[in-house]
Amino acid sequence: MAIWFARSRTLVSSLRQNLGLSAIFIKHNYSSRRPVFTNSQLSPRVFLDPFSSYRHESTAVETHPYLVQQSDHEDDAQELDFPGGKVGYTSEMKFIPESSSRRIPCYRVLNEHGKIISDSDFIPVSEKLAVRMYEQMATLQVMDHIFYEAQRQGRISFYLTSVGEEAINIASAAALSPEDVVLPQYREPGVLLWRGFTLEEFANQCFGNKADYGKGRQMPIHYGSNQHNYFTVSSPIATQLPQAAGVGYALKMEKKNACAVTFIGDGGTSEGDFHAGLNFAAVMEAPVVFICRNNGWAISTHISEQFRSDGIVVKGQAYGIRSIRVDGNDALAVYSAVRSAREMAVKEQRPVLIEAMTYRVGHHSTSDDSTKYRAADEIQYWKMSRNPVNRFKKWVEDNGWWSEEDESKLRSSTRKQLLQAIQAAEKWEKQPLTELFNDVYDVKTKNLEEQELGLKELVEKQPQDYPLGFHN
Amino acid sequence: MWGILRQRGIDGGGLSLRRTRSASVSARSYAAGSKEMTVRDALNSAIDEEMSADPKVFVMGEEVGQYQGAYKITKGLLEKYGPERVYDTPITEAGFTGIGVGAAYAGLKPVVEFMTFNFSMQAIDHIINSAAKSNYMSAGQINVPIVFRGPNGAAAGVGAQHSQCYAAWYASVPGLKVLAPYSAEDARGLLKAAIRDPDPVVFLENELLYGESFPISEEALDSSFCLPIGKAKIERQGKDVTIVTFSKMVGFALKAAEKLAEEGISAEVINLRSIRPLDRATINASVRKTSRLVTVEEGFPQHGVCAEICASVVEESFSYLDAPVERIAGADVPMPYAANLERLALPQVEDIVRAAKRACYRSK
Repeated sequence: MAIWFARSRTLVSSLRQNLGLSAIFIKHNYSSRRPVFTNSQLSPRVFLDPFSSYRHESTAVETHPYLVQQSDHEDDAQELDFPGGKVGYTSEMKFIPESSSRRIPCYRVLNEHGKIISDSDFIPVSEKLAVRMYEQMATLQVMDHIFYEAQRQGRISFYLTSVGEEAINIASAAALSPEDVVLPQYREPGVLLWRGFTLEEFANQCFGNKADYGKGRQMPIHYGSNQHNYFTVSSPIATQLPQAAGVGYALKMEKKNACAVTFIGDGGTSEGDFHAGLNFAAVMEAPVVFICRNNGWAISTHISEQFRSDGIVVKGQAYGIRSIRVDGNDALAVYSAVRSAREMAVKEQRPVLIEAMTYRVGHHSTSDDSTKYRAADEIQYWKMSRNPVNRFKKWVEDNGWWSEEDESKLRSSTRKQLLQAIQAAEKWEKQPLTELFNDVYDVKTKNLEEQELGLKELVEKQPQDYPLGFHN
Repeated sequence: MWGILRQRGIDGGGLSLRRTRSASVSARSYAAGSKEMTVRDALNSAIDEEMSADPKVFVMGEEVGQYQGAYKITKGLLEKYGPERVYDTPITEAGFTGIGVGAAYAGLKPVVEFMTFNFSMQAIDHIINSAAKSNYMSAGQINVPIVFRGPNGAAAGVGAQHSQCYAAWYASVPGLKVLAPYSAEDARGLLKAAIRDPDPVVFLENELLYGESFPISEEALDSSFCLPIGKAKIERQGKDVTIVTFSKMVGFALKAAEKLAEEGISAEVINLRSIRPLDRATINASVRKTSRLVTVEEGFPQHGVCAEICASVVEESFSYLDAPVERIAGADVPMPYAANLERLALPQVEDIVRAAKRACYRSK
């Protein structure tokens, strides 16, 4: 066996010299992920005619032109039958490299100066849509700024901004249809904003007042609205991923023209639920679009400490899921990618993975000071030079659809509306005590009725301790 | 009542069971009807009927489909309803529980099977944080009509990681309903109620009861039959001491009641059926009649279901008690494997008899 091997090696090296095709020998070129299929008898067919037969698949990352697909091989003994299907074999021991020499490129349409890159594939956006998208991105910016300040002033207890991720928020929402069910993580209020949640409604949730649809049950930023097909934000990370597969499955079973769309950060992909959610969605052939906001940071954990793969896009193939990496700060690219993904998910009843590259400009939340673990210059750079809102603004302005006057009008009116919303939300009363025991179950159980009665009697007996009374 | 069941491991219900039936069967008061049904068939028929009545109901879990169910509870369902409604999941409790919850959010009615509730610990975040609390956190916008079912508690010779009872854990969570059937009638009525219920329900079965046969009435065999959630059942009337328990221990309590009757003590046996909501009214009414309480469970003693029952009785019926409340639970150790040790780690009929006699001041 050893002699045969040595002989084959020399034959191979002589072929290499003769043909001058060093590219044939994949062991020196790690750009392909597929193992080399070699014929142990070194049939000249394989080496002298390396481009004879290969097959490209739409999902292939890169196929080396040299590769011979086993099914094209006439000799059936070259394939082995295993429970997962036929697989070719190779006598050459070759490990798939841990990473490709070239990272998966990022799909983008607008360059940093807001100009469309020539020959880009993208879905055109009308003036009306583009202006609405820009307005909402700017509104989201103002909303984040003002609510953040409100928290700093002690008026709300907590807030979490989406600064730097406005394009992902708004462009993805714009690309979906209202029937698509959204399962957010927590940095996607822009999707709800796009769908029609008002600034007053946002403020009411943050203040947990009587008008809050959440009835004061949750911390700020845990928005939810059945009406807008936006599931209530849930704090545990990544739980929404297998849930999205379940929602997708329900939509599939009910043959609805809609898909589930769920968001996750780079850090959340380390959770076990990421594996279960993606794996399952693929096996169930559920219409789910998974959007990962790779913003570089999971609180203080940089992505280099989060995973060693080439980001998240490469993980899709591991689950048999079609994936794309997109420039998350490019609103047009995000719009096109999400729109296409959505169509694929619904028409082909399959999950799709989108990795949107971006940067978390803000702190993780108001409980975090990110200057403690990253350079202030880095934050400034992304905030000023790589700002997605400015980039899109340039494009919209260049088209003559937006002016400085529109800008100042929008910003000042939004700011005013927000300040009023906050003032009003602050003044609203809190929820009445009757809401303490509702919604634990569909219908209150006896023990809850007894507890409620007990509390009511206590409040009536000690009104000085409960100035708002039982019913407010 | 029934003696020794040697069903090893979790490799399906195909193994033979040896059990002895005593005369106490005839002492139970069921509605007139000579039909009998095993708990397994009761559960199977309940799921079948609910799936037939409502197309939104579907079953998911490991081995529920092609294998006909790890314990054959879902036997025949795949052939009848197809792979979309009887879904064989990969091995990820956290995954399929999350998926079930998501499907429930979107309006389907999943019945999620855990091969045993021990494996539910891997999914407990989804049961509690994604299912139980959702209706409250979303202020009524998201309801989760899901059922989590599977065998709970000790089986026979399955060791520490397959024998824990989760009744106390789940029953402490607001937002969940927790049911524990004993007889075939309980199994049918409670499972149907659970599937129809719009809230998340944890349905704790018992592996050793699956093969057990019980008489069943015509009423219980009807497809619209349903038992109310939150009502306990008085299995045996008595006047001297109240024995409160659930699941397999009901059988032991009934056997203990027989033994006590021979010694002149009339025991009232209450089958909780519903751990959350707990039927405090029935328990307290019974204790006010008998003045003595013995509670029994298989689970660990600290913070158990019995602790809650004792607290409730002491709070509400203190002046009616003639003796301190008695609690019998499993030993405070992870379940040992060896048969002799396992037997000592679980309550036995003699323990219940002794406790009842202590409550009646007949022994130390």
